[in-house]
Amino acid sequence: MTRIDVGSVLRHSANVPFSDLVTRPTGAAVRRCIEREIAALNVGDVAMLDFSHIGMMDYSCADEVVAKLLLALAAQGSAPGGVVFHGITDAHLEAIEVVLDHHGLALVVEFADGGARLVGAVTEDERDIWEQVNARGSAAAEEMATAAGRELVDMTRILDSLRRRRLLRHDGATYAPVGPVH
Amino acid sequence: MTAVITLPSSLDDLSFEQVLDQLAPHPADAKVIVDARHTTFATPFGLTALLTLAQTRTDMAEFLPPEDPDTLSYWARAGFFRHAEELFAVRGTVPRPRGAGESEVLLEVTPVTKSDDVHAVVERIQQKAAHILINKLHLEPRATMGFTMTLSEACQNIVEHAGRGGWVMVQAYRYKKRLGGRLVMVIAVCDAGVGFRRSLESGQRRPLTDRWDDAMALETAVVNSVSRYGEAGRGQGLKGIRGYVHRRDGKLSVRSGTARIAYVPPWDDDVPRREDLAPFPGAQLQITIPEKVGAAA
Repeated sequence: MTRIDVGSVLRHSANVPFSDLVTRPTGAAVRRCIEREIAALNVGDVAMLDFSHIGMMDYSCADEVVAKLLLALAAQGSAPGGVVFHGITDAHLEAIEVVLDHHGLALVVEFADGGARLVGAVTEDERDIWEQVNARGSAAAEEMATAAGRELVDMTRILDSLRRRRLLRHDGATYAPVGPVH
Repeated sequence: MTAVITLPSSLDDLSFEQVLDQLAPHPADAKVIVDARHTTFATPFGLTALLTLAQTRTDMAEFLPPEDPDTLSYWARAGFFRHAEELFAVRGTVPRPRGAGESEVLLEVTPVTKSDDVHAVVERIQQKAAHILINKLHLEPRATMGFTMTLSEACQNIVEHAGRGGWVMVQAYRYKKRLGGRLVMVIAVCDAGVGFRRSLESGQRRPLTDRWDDAMALETAVVNSVSRYGEAGRGQGLKGIRGYVHRRDGKLSVRSGTARIAYVPPWDDDVPRREDLAPFPGAQLQITIPEKVGAAA
């Protein structure tokens, strides 16, 4: 996993001496820099975007840094293995949730307390299954179907949908969280 | 001939219409005197809108400051004269502010022309706003983030759409006219730029309707969250502002051109839509967040 310090990116790419992610031009500058760093990763590598040094984030910046980044990655195909947002607090979440819902996107967030959860446009079914995989560390579709008492084809469809959205990854024959297991 | 525009004794978003009604018959290059001598109260909207009025005059208007010493002192502390002296020919002498950081003015009248200005505004106001929102308005800590986001998005509308610089001011005060004197936090953001109608027209985002005027443009942008930019993520700023104001039982009003729309909470009796107002360039926005009732003092 490769850590990208968004606070450092903000200071250097946008040349802003503040810690808040506000305004669309600032967000666009930060996103372009993050995209370049992600493009340099090896195929399958996971990027951890660390927001620990970011104060607050407004809607315009969240749209540029979060939504447009996820849309661009989805359009690029397989590389990288996934993106995890780390160090997220309430100061970021309100704007992030709004833009994710607006675009029908979701992402994995690691909160400051160490817990991970799905944020954005996912169904309750998808969220439950993601949380089960996250709790297990990795799981095969058969194992998940048996545990949930569901048809294998149905479980595989949901797991693959989460994998295509980079919310889970393949780990051999199993599905695993994109970031560290909590 | 010089026209005298007399300001009302209490200058706020609604009484500012009296100012614009007086101004409407006079072209931009007409000689005008703005008479504030008998004004004893002004909201952030009143002060920022006055500066935008000055920006619309091609022939610099004269300005007669308030005679009441307390009012004069407050306008100085609010940073009004610092900018007014560049835009008006201010008659007489006005007091110098004794220093920034006065308790009732969270953000004195501040120019917004570029993105860096928005960063600076957000940076300056956060800590002070958090203290008042949590300890005086009894809102939960998360409301502070929403407030700063709302301020940021409101200021960005100037940078992204107005085509010229505008003004922002934030203040907390007891709202004696309504709410039984409860404390309110007020954001005013005013510009004399292109306004909502021309902004949407420039992006060819005008809806396909027979009727197209300032009121329709406001409805398109503020109610339907349509931006002049066609990208999918655009228009979320005003939508976010609307959501924040609604969740906090607040009030949002936006004036542009000859129309004004408002999201009116139960504690206010404003009308949601006004049309055929006196024309005025740009966009003028006001957000009012009231003290939460039933909370511990």
